[in-house]
Amino acid sequence: MADTAQALPLTERMAVESPARRAWRRLLRRKGAVFGLCVLGVFVVFAVLAPLIAPYDPIVQSWSAVRKPPSFLHIFGTDDVGRDVFSRVVYGTRASLFAGVISVSIAVSVGVPLGLTAGYRGGLIDALVSRMTDAMLACPFIILAIALAAFLGPSLGNAMIAIGITTTPIFVRLTRGQAMQVKVEEYIEAARAVGNPRWRIALVHILPNIFPAILVQATLSIATAIIAEAALSFLGLGQQPPQPSWGSMLDSAQRFLTTAPWMAVWPGLAIFLSVLSFNLIGDGLRDALDPRSR
Amino acid sequence: MLKFIGKRLLQLIPTLFFVSVLIFSLQQLLPGDPALVMAGEERDPQVIEQIRKQYRLDQPLPLQYVYWVKGVFSGNLGESMRVKEPVLKLILEKLPVTMQLASMAIVIALTIGISAGVIAAVKKDTVWDYGANIFALWGLSTPNFWLGIMLIFLFSVQLGWLPASGYVRLKDNWEASLASTIMPAFVLGNAIAAVLMRHTRSAMLQVLESDYVRTARAKGLLERRIIVKHALRNALTPVITLGALEFGTLLSGAVLTEQIFTIPGFGKLIVDAVFNRDYAVVQGVVLVTATMFIVLNLLADVAYHLVNPRLRP
Repeated sequence: MADTAQALPLTERMAVESPARRAWRRLLRRKGAVFGLCVLGVFVVFAVLAPLIAPYDPIVQSWSAVRKPPSFLHIFGTDDVGRDVFSRVVYGTRASLFAGVISVSIAVSVGVPLGLTAGYRGGLIDALVSRMTDAMLACPFIILAIALAAFLGPSLGNAMIAIGITTTPIFVRLTRGQAMQVKVEEYIEAARAVGNPRWRIALVHILPNIFPAILVQATLSIATAIIAEAALSFLGLGQQPPQPSWGSMLDSAQRFLTTAPWMAVWPGLAIFLSVLSFNLIGDGLRDALDPRSR
Repeated sequence: MLKFIGKRLLQLIPTLFFVSVLIFSLQQLLPGDPALVMAGEERDPQVIEQIRKQYRLDQPLPLQYVYWVKGVFSGNLGESMRVKEPVLKLILEKLPVTMQLASMAIVIALTIGISAGVIAAVKKDTVWDYGANIFALWGLSTPNFWLGIMLIFLFSVQLGWLPASGYVRLKDNWEASLASTIMPAFVLGNAIAAVLMRHTRSAMLQVLESDYVRTARAKGLLERRIIVKHALRNALTPVITLGALEFGTLLSGAVLTEQIFTIPGFGKLIVDAVFNRDYAVVQGVVLVTATMFIVLNLLADVAYHLVNPRLRP
């Protein structure tokens, strides 16, 4: 391939743009997506540089600074045991982003191979996988995640596993449907005609063609997973205290709404903004990766 | 039509089978010996032995499953460890509360979602359209438990208009009942309104470009009449069917919303059961919600076929 690219005259070579580059260029043309990327960028910086950004230790309690309203010393105020809310929001980013990305990675790495096999092979495997997917999708998302987390035991790791398992059927169904659509295309027939083994057709010819759809769904699923992690932590089934997490911060904030409402504002806003950013990026990616849209 | 319903009913059997296997196997996730976990603090060997006998934990797994399914078919979902009452009775007690909340939420979601969707489609690419889209993004991105807390802060703590928590039954005092459920119903309806708005908008855009709408316009009908009678009526079919799928979102949302507003419904039941390690109740709630969802899905499918003449054989 490199040889042909070299042989192209200069003008044509400039016109050849990789699909990823084109998608990225189109994504940057969308205001919503750019806003989402910026917000996400801030959260990533928060997560990576938390010790440098957070002015206080997020765990150490201070009885002289209980439920102080926002001020120069504590810009988001302090909580019921005197911890700096801003520092806890900054550190909480780690749990939320981590949970979002890891649980969706679990779902993708289990769901995509299953869906690909079911969609491409069809037959008994397909029937079996599809019915299992139907069964899991029949259980409401949060209820199944709560049940799984409850039976696995409360911890951030188990919450991620629970959310990952609950998200898996979405990817199975998506990949299966896409694979079934692609496998009847002529280029797949051509690949089969020249004697490619089945696994090679699935991995080299089908998977790259359905990758955009998986990427869009993964981005939107991270948004759902962040809400789910916050929900599980809110119920005490996720990140365990005293480690900071936006969900558990809201849980304790609820008890002090009359005396310290700021405790509830910031962690909730953080969840909202991070979820919004992934939703905006996902919507933007969908348009940017759609070959029909200009 | 009957053939179609029959076929769909047959398809339900394997799905329900896998649902039951899934819920039964939840129990296997418990770390260690389930009898030990169920015995709780008491580690009396006699108690453990009795639990093992009572729940047939001494039998092989497939046999345990068969006994469990047999129980489910005869309406026996097990017994709550904590309150020593049949799980089915507990669920049936809580169901009307959640149903009241859910119906109110659906009314709110339909009202906001469909009107916002129609406005966005009719006034495409105007401020109205952008506004409706921002509203949808907000609805999809706001965690309902945070929205709930913020509403309590505004309407109960600051303004003192509505009760922050608690529930009054509809038949005891309907006004107090509505006051105690309007905030949680709005929280639940908000997220679904966002989804419905997006569906309505795209369905309306499609219909507004269709030939019969062009014909109606050519006949010189009033625009309002075209939108309501010609476009909306046809656009609503996919919206309602897709809306039925949001039932799962509704039940998921009810879990946290009921927790925040301390409403003694279905969601509160499962959360309390999780905290009290009342595993039979957890399994029962998941089983009942999944079955309700499957049945509703089937009804939506049948309804879709009934109202769509093109799908009729």
